[in-house]
Amino acid sequence: MKDEISREERVAGLKGLGCSRKRVEDARFTQGKGNYVDDIKLPGMLHGDFVRSPYAHARIKSINIDAAMALPGVTAVLTAKDLEPLGLHWMPTLAGDKQMVLADGKVLFQGQEVAFVVASDRYVAADAVELVEVDYEELEVIVDPFKSLQSDVVLREDLVADDGSIPNGAHGPRKHPNHIFTWEAGEEEATNQVIDNAAVVAEAEMYYHRTHPCPLETCGSVASMDKVNGKLTLWGTFQAPHVVRTVASLLSGIEEHNIRVVSPDIGGGFGNKVGVYPGYICSIVASIVTGVPVKWVEDRMENLMSTAFARDYWMKGKISATKEGKITGLHCHVTADHGAFDACADPTKFPAGFMNICTGSYDIPVAYLGVDGVYTNKAPGGVSYRCSFRVTEAVYFIERMIEVLAIELNMDPAELRSINFIKKEQFPYTAALGWEYDSGDYQTAWDKALKAVDYKGLRAEQAERVEAFKRGETRKVMGIGLSFFTEIVGAGPVKNCDILGMGMFDSCEIRIHPTGSAVARLGTISQGQGHATTFAQILATEIGLSAESITIEEGDTDTAPYGLGTYGSRSTPVAGAAAAMAGRKIRAKAQMIAAYLLEVHDNDVEFDVDRFVVKGVPERFKTMKEIAYAAYNQAIPGLEPGLEAVSYYDPPNMTYPFGAYVCVMDIDVDTGVPEIRRFYALDDCGTRINPMVIEGQIHGGLTEALAVALGQEIAYDDMGNVKTATLMDFFLPTAWEVPNYETDFTVTPSPHHPIGAKGVGESPHVGGVPCFSNAVQDAFRPFGNRHTNMPHDHWRIWQTANNLGMHD
Amino acid sequence: MIPAAFEYYRPTDMAGVIALLKEHGDDARVIAGGHSLIPMMKLRMAEVPHLIDLQAIEGLNGISIAGGTVKIGAMITQHEIINSAELEKAAPIMKEAALQIADPQVRYMGTIGGNVANGDPGNDMPGLMQCLNAQFHLVGSDGDRVVDARDFYEAAYMTDREDDEVLIAVSFAAPIGGFAYEKQKRKIGDYATAAAAVQISKEGGKVGAASIAMTNLSDTPIWSEAAGAALIGTACDEASVKAAVTAMLSDIDPTEDNRGPVAFKRHAAGIVLGRAIARAWSRA
Ligand SMILES: Cc1cc2nc3c(=O)[nH]c(=O)nc-3n(C[C@H](O)[C@H](O)[C@H](O)COP(=O)(O)OP(=O)(O)OC[C@H]3O[C@@H](n4cnc5c(N)ncnc54)[C@H](O)[C@@H]3O)c2cc1C
Repeated sequence: MKDEISREERVAGLKGLGCSRKRVEDARFTQGKGNYVDDIKLPGMLHGDFVRSPYAHARIKSINIDAAMALPGVTAVLTAKDLEPLGLHWMPTLAGDKQMVLADGKVLFQGQEVAFVVASDRYVAADAVELVEVDYEELEVIVDPFKSLQSDVVLREDLVADDGSIPNGAHGPRKHPNHIFTWEAGEEEATNQVIDNAAVVAEAEMYYHRTHPCPLETCGSVASMDKVNGKLTLWGTFQAPHVVRTVASLLSGIEEHNIRVVSPDIGGGFGNKVGVYPGYICSIVASIVTGVPVKWVEDRMENLMSTAFARDYWMKGKISATKEGKITGLHCHVTADHGAFDACADPTKFPAGFMNICTGSYDIPVAYLGVDGVYTNKAPGGVSYRCSFRVTEAVYFIERMIEVLAIELNMDPAELRSINFIKKEQFPYTAALGWEYDSGDYQTAWDKALKAVDYKGLRAEQAERVEAFKRGETRKVMGIGLSFFTEIVGAGPVKNCDILGMGMFDSCEIRIHPTGSAVARLGTISQGQGHATTFAQILATEIGLSAESITIEEGDTDTAPYGLGTYGSRSTPVAGAAAAMAGRKIRAKAQMIAAYLLEVHDNDVEFDVDRFVVKGVPERFKTMKEIAYAAYNQAIPGLEPGLEAVSYYDPPNMTYPFGAYVCVMDIDVDTGVPEIRRFYALDDCGTRINPMVIEGQIHGGLTEALAVALGQEIAYDDMGNVKTATLMDFFLPTAWEVPNYETDFTVTPSPHHPIGAKGVGESPHVGGVPCFSNAVQDAFRPFGNRHTNMPHDHWRIWQTANNLGMHD
Repeated sequence: MIPAAFEYYRPTDMAGVIALLKEHGDDARVIAGGHSLIPMMKLRMAEVPHLIDLQAIEGLNGISIAGGTVKIGAMITQHEIINSAELEKAAPIMKEAALQIADPQVRYMGTIGGNVANGDPGNDMPGLMQCLNAQFHLVGSDGDRVVDARDFYEAAYMTDREDDEVLIAVSFAAPIGGFAYEKQKRKIGDYATAAAAVQISKEGGKVGAASIAMTNLSDTPIWSEAAGAALIGTACDEASVKAAVTAMLSDIDPTEDNRGPVAFKRHAAGIVLGRAIARAWSRA
């Protein structure tokens, strides 16, 4: 039989790997047909709302709910006293600490949940919140982690023994009642020795300010306890629905098969929806108590004030080098402000996440990292905002240290990077702080980036600008921001990565239907990444059916296989790998079916795009569609009917995407207004599944990087009041503030991932923040700047210029 | 962010509005575009048991230009200000300023009446009205009156308007000469870090008249008579601009907030005014 279409056409028809297939989700989202938590409306559903603390630290003397209960439409007002008999007034956090669900005797941050009002509608609930009378006695507030470690004020009385001694925490000994843990990596003594004897040493102290992921959709849940069949259904904004199911079962005592957790469409997560929040617990309890569904959806201010923040790292670094610029050692200490409860979302063994990737893309022989976690009167959280665990902090740290070292060496920072890159032939490379980098070709990417922007030309222009400024001809200075980042994503190998004891594998289950279409379900959950588009592409290439014929489903624990969810760029590295592996199982069975149908031995057929062909006889073949049909309607000796597969993938290693970014900025020193003239981003995420989706991810990640670098912060005053709790003050860039992005790429596949993909959703954020910040700092470098802290909003940039005497 | 319960009224004539205001006193407020009032109600910073919508009142949404006088009805939106060719010709500074308010969505709703009556020091129109020496036309249970914009603002959210008065229009003499509205803000949709409204007329190569007003740098808009005076009779050279800035700086009294400390705001105010003067002079 002669084929009527060419092989190229068959490949194109699959819309598989490498195809810029349009996102299948968008038809729904752009027509208002998404289905988010707040869209869920069930018969008889009640609405919950929180009474929150106006104080950052206070004892609760009394709570009077009488007036609230008297309001028509109010069903219940829950306080810690009501939750205590169920053992639910506190809950475990992902970091091995515990957190009050409702204030138990005191409050520890502004916005903390004090009581949960349940009412017939959202309006009555809001009115009732105003009627709950709470009598507070204010306590001394601590918002500075350094002061916290010196203070007599004990924030967490529950963590001090009766005799005043300080029991160990989840991560070992604690030095002070307000101390959470010390975590170390590398060799401190050896590092100090190298640094003490080095020819050149650069030091910097930097504060990576507290910020917030601020997804467009805030957090929420709907709990529905069916008292007749004993089943609890929980819809919510969960980045890890299966983990929520397990936690809900452990906490409530409801057997896990009686709990169904559903993450419907999610309007952005960026780490904010990894944690377990009091609202989820309260909606469950309220549904159990009332016997009807209960919805809780937070508003924007509640989201910014109480659900998980990101960053808040005080980092102190020392880096040493030879006179020629070869780095010899790196020392980093972090004082980590975790707020009132340690609710960081990190794998259990990594209380500071993967901060120990802070040697970056450089071959640094010896290094040390120490992190001290500290309690303060701020909201709990510490999630990875569009990054793998604390990787943004790590990359910011090393990319600033490189710049500071370049100043110390009086060397071009681009050249300093080149001198110190881990070389292509060194991979797999084991870094001083323990990680084994899978693959990379940094120099090639760097050279490509520098050439694309005419780096030398930019430096010449900058030098001219400096002179013009000094002559008084311009009030604008020019900055060239560089960053070369290496990410560590795809957590992760079960041997060292778990969350609450659950290994961080992921999964995919595929069912091929008789007519040659398919449904695949995964343990991850898209929050806008486009999984329904890209996972279908992986499968299309693996199993030879068009991506258009493959439905992807996620988020329903009753149907999807167990998985650890989506965050830390783990979906493609882990679940994507599971999809490929499940696809290969399908293919293996399909091969046997094809051989049977073609009446040859299994080994005599081979896979070719969308079919199996008899080796050397391409006109003899069976398409995957034909094979699928045969799987269901032919009795094949020795084979079960059907064509299904499931794969649970435990990744052998993390993946290490990298990239080279350059930002050109002009800054008005009088107003402090920065103007981004150019932003070039080269990303290497290994095998590229969908270039268009990659580009979209990069645009989004860069925009969030711009936000964080140039103004986005959760700021507190000395009384622990949140100063940036609305979008008027919390910077969320719009199209107006966003520059044009130029994207580029190289491809260095991951050697251990089935299709060589590494993950890309977070790279632009991780690499973007130091790039924007370096641009600002570089503009002031010729005038004496070494380091200034982010966020570089107008007044802080102005202050930098002012401190350098540029307004005199 | 859910407001407390309120009664909603939509009277069809001004007498109906005044009667409701008189009946409910402090408990009643008119709503125009709602883009200042509704956020305040949602935050429960404003409690308004009786909300009186002005949308159905006739006669509040015209722009007239006659005999050198510009009159703008209170319900004219910022979007309409931007799109009125007539107004652009008579007072181009109105368009330049309106374009710097919020974003298109807000500008479709926000009205000039609401903007000037609100009394928020962050609003841009009050400063502009100082610069233009506008008059505010009010009606109330005691009849009509006209107040100079420069006498209207008392403190943040405190104005000369009585609780039972409604602002029906603003008017001003069509300005002559060059103009500029210069505003520094953190992002689209933000209120000013510092803003300056400047009108300058040129006579024989020198500044004939100058009017200067500043926004969000005190608890009321600031008309700096001294700053304008510093320019008059000069060639708008560097020294006189400097003198105008110095004069302006002694009239403003900014406070620290998320937009920055006082020293920065004063510096930014000087820069913004300098640029506004330069642009206005170049157009004079
Ligand atoms: C995101 C955002 C950004 C913004 N940025 C800016 C900005 O940069 N610059 C700026 O100037 N404004 C800004 N605004 C405010 C916007 O311009 C408002 O629309 C405007 O200030 C008020 O007009 P309004 O018609 O919406 O008034 P409303 O909100 O309806 O009313 C405001 C107040 O004025 C009173 N009022 C209204 N009309 C009358 C009347 N005719 N007589 C007597 N009292 C009356 C009301 O009772 C109320 O107290 C912003 C608003 C938003 C939501």
